This record gives sequence, C-alpha cells and structure tokens, in this order.
Amino acid sequence: MAYSEKVVDHFNNPRNVGSFKKEEDGVGTGIVGAPECGDVMKLQIKVQNDTIVDAKFKTFGCGSAIASSSLATEWLKGKTVEEAGKIKNTDIVQELNLPPVKIHCSVLAEDAIKAALADYQKKADPK
Amino acid sequence: MKFPIYLDNHATTPMDPRVLESMIPYFTEKFGNAASRNHAFGWEAEEGVETARKQIAKLIHADAKEIVFTSGATESNNLALKGVVEMYHEKGDHIITSSTEHRAVLDTAKTLETKRGVKVTYLPVDKFGMVNPEDVRQAITDKTILISVMFANNEIGTINPIKAIGKIAKEKGILFHCDATQGVGKVPVDVQEMGIDLMSFSAHKMYGPKGIGALYVRKKNPRVRIAAQMDGGGHERGMRSGTLPVPLIVGFGKACELCEQEMAADAARLSVMRDRLHDTITKALEDVYLNGHPTERLPHNLNISFAYVEGESLLMGCKEIALSSGSACTSATLEPSYVLRALGVGAELAHSSIRFGLGRFTLDEEVDYAAKKIIETVTKLREMSPLYEMAKEGIDLKSVSWAAH
Repeated sequence: MAYSEKVVDHFNNPRNVGSFKKEEDGVGTGIVGAPECGDVMKLQIKVQNDTIVDAKFKTFGCGSAIASSSLATEWLKGKTVEEAGKIKNTDIVQELNLPPVKIHCSVLAEDAIKAALADYQKKADPK
Repeated sequence: MKFPIYLDNHATTPMDPRVLESMIPYFTEKFGNAASRNHAFGWEAEEGVETARKQIAKLIHADAKEIVFTSGATESNNLALKGVVEMYHEKGDHIITSSTEHRAVLDTAKTLETKRGVKVTYLPVDKFGMVNPEDVRQAITDKTILISVMFANNEIGTINPIKAIGKIAKEKGILFHCDATQGVGKVPVDVQEMGIDLMSFSAHKMYGPKGIGALYVRKKNPRVRIAAQMDGGGHERGMRSGTLPVPLIVGFGKACELCEQEMAADAARLSVMRDRLHDTITKALEDVYLNGHPTERLPHNLNISFAYVEGESLLMGCKEIALSSGSACTSATLEPSYVLRALGVGAELAHSSIRFGLGRFTLDEEVDYAAKKIIETVTKLREMSPLYEMAKEGIDLKSVSWAAH
C-alpha cells in the first residue's frame, strides 16, 4: 500500500516520542488498544492553567497508527483542555489522507486523546 | 548493491535468465499449437512441450506421462481436490487436510464442504507447524478418499513428514495429495519414495515463468483418476483442456532442469546465509522468536517475531527491502496470520512476524544489509513502543486488561 507523504514524514520523523511520569501533577495518560489487535497507543498530556503545554506518545502499531498519534501530539500542544476534546478522528483522516482500511488508526488516536483528557480531569478533580 | 533488495522469494522468484533464453524462440519462431498434428509448426511445439515434460518429471522422479499442465499451483490444488472428490464420490465423502495449508487448499476444501457436502478434517499442527502422521492415521475413516498435506509451509518453511504420511496413505489405500509448491526445486522431492499420488507445484516459485504449473497424477500403483474441471479439447489426457502455453511450459522445463543441477548447491549456500542472518539478528536484539521448525525447514526460509514491534511498521521502516509480515495490517482480511495462530503463536507475536525468503540470486551483502537495517529499525520502533516500555518496567503484558477493539 502506498502511504501519503505526511504519513511517511510522521513515521520517519515522529514528533514528541517519549513519556512523562504518570504521577506528575497535571499529567494525563491515555492507553488504548490491545496488543492482540496489533495496536496500542499511549498518549500523555501535560496541562498548566487549563492549557496543554506538552504532549508525548508511544505507539505499537502500523505506520498509520504511529503517524496518527504523532500528529495528535502536535495538535494537542497549545490547545486548552476543552479545545483538545474537540479533535475528531475525521480531522486526522483528512490531514494524513488515510485510506479506508486505516481509519481505525485515527479512531484509536481520538480515543487516546479522550482517555488522556479524562485521566487528567480525574486527577485534577478526584471525586 | 542495488535497491530495493528482494527477500520475498516465497511469494515469487525472479526468472533465471537461462530460462528466459530457452523460452524466446517459442514466442515468434516456434509458435505452433502443440495439438496441431498435421504440420511442422505443431510438431516442433509439441517437441518443446514433451522435452519440458521430461525435465519436470525427472526433477520429481515421475514419468513424463504423469505431468498435467495447469495455470499454476492454485489450479492444481483445485483440480486435485475437486477432481478426486468428483471421481471417487461413490467410495466416500471424507478428506483429511491440515490447518496450515495454503488458502488454495483450505478454500477449495471449504467449497467442497458447503457445495458438495464433503466432510473435511483439518488436522492441527504442533508448535513448529508440523503435522503428526499419527494424527493422520487416527483421522482416517472408511469414508476417507483423500489426504492432502503440504510439503513445506509458505510462511514458516516447516517441512512435513511427507514420507511417513505417504506410507500411512498407502497402507490404508487412500489417495495422497501434496501441495509441494514451496518444496519442489528447493529440496529433493521424490514422488516414488514419498508415496505421493497427486502433487501440485508451480514454475514461478523456482525461477520459472508465472502462469504455468503442474499437477502430478500417478499412473500406476495406484492409477489415479480425476474428473476434469475444465471442459474443452481434451488436452492433457482429458484432465485439463486448453491450448498449452508452449513458451511457459518450455521455461518451466528449463527451470526444473536448472533446479535439478543446482538445487543442492543453492540450498547449501542459502542455509548458511539464512543462519547468519538469524544469528546476527538474535545477537543484537532480545525477545526475538523463531516461527517454525528449527531444523526441518526450507533452507532459504526464516520467519521471526520481534516482540513489542508491529510487523507492518517494521516493513515500512525497511522499505528498501522487500519482505512479508504475518501482521493483520499487511493482509486483506485484517486478521493476523492463521498459520502462526495454528502454531499457538499469540496474536501479538503474529502481528510482529517477518518472513525472509532468500533465493538463487540473493547476495551475501544484501543479507548483511537486511540484518543491519532490521536491527536498526526494531531498535527505533521499540523506543517508540509502549509495550517495550512496560516490559522494561517489569509489567507482565499478559496481566494487563486491554480494551480489545
């Protein structure tokens, strides 16, 4: 299968690979997917004053899954928590020009964003 | 070194230039129809076909009259299974095969189940992908008319105990079909010694042209009969009608002749190269697992899983090398390799598998480059892998409750 240039670029030069300490203040962690399904994404955000100041990812998965999560971290930085919640998988599909069989990669990236935001909110407001 | 590097010789092989040379006259000069009996054009085409038939038969220790030309191994497998079921339906309605057969056998068996009410036993394989001959014996009933077990697996290269299975088939008087597509021309295959009654194989897996294959159909002890699946001019002793593609057949014959002469040397050279590739990788990387049998395997095959790394991303990182993966993302079905799953390999490791297929034209420097590139890419992708990170932290990945999707 031929990948779009943007997927290849994110795959070859992934942005924001790495990890924050999960316990650190303001850090939200989302881990989605399953090894037996062939993709697992870990996406983390660091929030200060309601703004995402940094984001990191690690992904086990195909090139499109890696590119989707790399792109997600790029988009998250600088957004408020509320804005981040509005990122849709279809935006990722469009930006990376993902073929139909790879749409689930973008869905997983959206799920990872949501999971990271939920984890952050749970930590910030543990009720 | 020229890029890309081709290490996918189980999918297909490049044609040997000597094969091409043998074929060329049969396109424009000796273009006759081998079935034309009344003029020189037909005679010289027929001569080309019959020479090829002998070359092919010699490689597998058969008689030239036992070779039926087809379009390839898929057609041969279809013809063998459907042809036997149709011819012997009064004797019984049960066939035995294995769970790691090529789709051309499995899907044909499925069709026979649904459309003709045939009962099919799919034998399991051991953790190396091997069929146990005793399982074959146990599965036989008084309704069994055919046993179909592959010679060597196309993904993992495991070679089945064909001779032992052939012996059981003979004892019980049941026909034995063998899909030997990956074995013929790579390792010695002897239909007499191995007790094979029907055998499928294909030219393009042994440095011959695409679009031509054969079904070996035993003529004596026993005389095997199959019902034709293609009606027409009654070519190939009525078993497969259709004008013979003479240039392809001539090339197939030449490819077999070359394999007969060079197979032993090719196998010796490639197994050394394959072992070096494996050693280099396992010395540099941890958590690398061999899929298939450690010794009973094709000399040019290596199939390994790299834990914590997904196969398609690994192929993407090594895009200047042509390889295959058992990952779901590289298959049309979005399921990981059924062959690896049948061995008991976990889905996560099936997603992480890579198949290397070396060939006659593979160079030492190409294999060394591939090893280096694979090691670099796996290392890079593991740095990016949350599973690797968790494993390093001492988390047992099996204990995590993942949200399957």
